[in-house]
Amino acid sequence: MSRIGVFICHCGINIAGTVDVERVAEEIGQHPQVAYATTYSYMCSDPGQQLVRESIAEYDLDGVVVAACSPAMHEATFRRAVAAAGLNPYRCEIANIREQCSWVHEHEPGRATQKAVETTRTCVEKVAWDEALEPFHLSVIKRALVIGGGIAGMQAALDVANAGFPVVLVEREGRLGGKMAALSGTYLNFSAAPGLLERKVEQVLDHPHIEVLAGAQVTEVEGYVGNFAVRVSALADPLEVGAIVVATGWDPYPLSRLPEYGGSELADVVDGLTFEGMLQEGRAGLGRPSDGRTPREVVFIQCAGSRDPERGVPYCSKVCCMVVAKQAIMFKEYVPEGQAYVFYIDIRSAGKGYDEYVQRAMEDHDILYLRGKVSKVFRGRDQVIVWGVDTLSGQPVEVAADLVVLATPMLPSRQAVTLGQTLRAAVDQSGFFSEAHPKLRPVESLTAGVFLAGVAQGPKDIPETVSQASGAAAKVLQMFSQEVLIQEPTVACVIEQFCSACGACVEACPYGARAIHPLWHIATVNAALCQSCGACVTACPNKACQIHNWTPKQILTMADVLVGV
Amino acid sequence: MRVQISIDKVRGPFVRQVEEISGQGLLDCNQCGKCSAGCPVVAAMDLLPSQVIRMAQLGMEEVLESNTIWICASCLTCVTRCPKGVDLPRLMEALRQISLRQGVAELDLGALPPELTKEVPQLAIVGGFRKYIK
Ligand SMILES: Cc1cc2nc3c(=O)[nH]c(=O)nc-3n(C[C@H](O)[C@H](O)[C@H](O)COP(=O)(O)OP(=O)(O)OC[C@H]3O[C@@H](n4cnc5c(N)ncnc54)[C@H](O)[C@@H]3O)c2cc1C
Ligand code: SF4
Ligand code: SF4
Ligand code: SF4
Ligand code: SF4
Ligand code: SF4
Repeated sequence: MSRIGVFICHCGINIAGTVDVERVAEEIGQHPQVAYATTYSYMCSDPGQQLVRESIAEYDLDGVVVAACSPAMHEATFRRAVAAAGLNPYRCEIANIREQCSWVHEHEPGRATQKAVETTRTCVEKVAWDEALEPFHLSVIKRALVIGGGIAGMQAALDVANAGFPVVLVEREGRLGGKMAALSGTYLNFSAAPGLLERKVEQVLDHPHIEVLAGAQVTEVEGYVGNFAVRVSALADPLEVGAIVVATGWDPYPLSRLPEYGGSELADVVDGLTFEGMLQEGRAGLGRPSDGRTPREVVFIQCAGSRDPERGVPYCSKVCCMVVAKQAIMFKEYVPEGQAYVFYIDIRSAGKGYDEYVQRAMEDHDILYLRGKVSKVFRGRDQVIVWGVDTLSGQPVEVAADLVVLATPMLPSRQAVTLGQTLRAAVDQSGFFSEAHPKLRPVESLTAGVFLAGVAQGPKDIPETVSQASGAAAKVLQMFSQEVLIQEPTVACVIEQFCSACGACVEACPYGARAIHPLWHIATVNAALCQSCGACVTACPNKACQIHNWTPKQILTMADVLVGV
Repeated sequence: MRVQISIDKVRGPFVRQVEEISGQGLLDCNQCGKCSAGCPVVAAMDLLPSQVIRMAQLGMEEVLESNTIWICASCLTCVTRCPKGVDLPRLMEALRQISLRQGVAELDLGALPPELTKEVPQLAIVGGFRKYIK
């Protein structure tokens, strides 16, 4: 028989204004396993925590339930308090009677009180069966692997290496720099880009802590956060690293997917990246692909393939509104006698100084923006004919252009999906790596120890790429500054006498945490990889899988409370 | 009919003339529409004020046929509110002048009913004669 203490929080009037907390204490106090039940105005305050600590000693408690706000708020606080009083922190549970009770049932105080009693009772039943667990300690190999040598990968590698830790940078091509090397320059400060990139490449190549493996690929990854073993095509032995940064960037959208714009059929219809290459050579490079003549009338088509869930990609490629403004301005600088037209759906130029840049394109460079998506581009006599619309005047329009530049979307690296499988890091339906949380954890993947930088995670421009890469590096360094990593012990386990080694759980586990032991012939769990998802528990035909402190026994007893058995 | 767009039109003589007379850069206007939203006489116009400048940007001389350029009362509401500092009534005036110079809106005194000539301010009739000074 347990001796459980229940601490019910008023949270000022947040809870006590609706729930009759004294009645909850009274009812729960009658539970045979509850040795003490009390209420307090703010349980998370210092005196509130002191009350919990002192009661543990005074009533010789062996388990604690705090009925208060969501565990996301203060589970850690109360587990620390309980540990300070000498109790195992995993024998402390939080009953959420605020977010899931008082706040949502404000108009029914009587039933809210009843629900608070039941919710608290479920936790009492759970604590009664909670094991006293100890967290795992994992060692950390203080070496990082960066996959992809574009601006994102180089920045992340430099930041980690400059802090004194060794980095291995794997790049599939024979050279570093990624797509930035193919750009004419960057918007806002045009001429600066190529020089900047060159300096970065030199810094990476000369860095004593960075080993560059060019023309290489990651083929296999084993292990877990802090302790990965990575096979790279260029190396005989596996690389041992503690953290991985994915910076695999983007690949171009095939022009052949835009037949209505004459993509890959008309020579004088090119994509943005090709036009960047032409701009690299200045006026001399601007000769039309068909006949080398300098174009006079150039049409830019924005969102060519982007924002088109039916036939292209559903997302906005984010950089092309700015890129088109840059390209049109550069064209006008090299060919002042020419004219540039931009067809757009809307202009997305958020960022410091970005919209001003687009406005300057119109005001100072006479670039004519036409609101409407082009419907088709076809061969004219000596030109390509563009059929669009100007929805602002309500007129269908036609431009006989010398050259058409399509602002096509950035696709994720063509290897992203396979690499994601190798790393067991999720990619979204477009193929970009998924971040752990869209707002609060944008540089971490869902797999511990795997971080994201640059376009690999989603379309972004160079400044944003560099910021994210430095963010990913900071996460790596945060790991490397610890001697050991602490891992929650509430992971899956195997009840050996029930396991038939059928392997169903191995199949079911999305994180590769389970295996059949070759000698013992029994399922094993790699606690460092287990994310406590529960897939193995439902998959096992023999009820041999459990998650510590979330056993079927516990869950069913909790359910019994709710159905009133 | 599809409007043909080319450098000869969007940077052509009509656009230059409008810009010169009005002193406004046509492409300064980013078509936000605020002028049309606040114009007190917009209900009587066949084109929105922002559509008038749009057609001028595209080099569409047909804009001269719009009644908007005549209905504009030069009240300056749009100028005080335009985020890009475009002086639309000056543009309207430029379009009126071009239209007068082309003799598009000739005033035939004889065709005016005598009752009207009595009521209409003299200034308006004198203004109407500007057509003769081409
Ligand atoms: C036409 C165009 C013009 C642009 N102009 C500008 C501009 O003016 N200013 C601006 O700020 N942004 C611009 N951008 C955006 C810019 O290109 C990106 O922000 C930048 O390239 C992102 O860098 P990255 O390192 O994430 O990706 P990338 O540059 O694509 O680098 C990724 C690297 O990873 C390597 N790689 C891929 N897969 C693997 C793998 N499996 N294993 C090993 N290596 C791999 C690739 O070979 C590449 O070297 C432009 C984009 C386009 C489309
Ligand atoms: S950035 Fe601009 S051009 Fe590119 S997809 Fe988004 S809206 Fe379209
Ligand atoms: S599913 Fe169950 S019985 Fe089968 S191997 Fe896994 S733990 Fe053992
Ligand atoms: S709980 Fe999920 S992650 Fe853990 S071993 Fe089972 S299936 Fe794998
Ligand atoms: S308010 Fe100014 S910028 Fe906006 S549409 Fe009118 S003239 Fe153009
Ligand atoms: S100046 Fe003319 S266009 Fe502008 S608000 Fe007044 S009437 Fe309308």
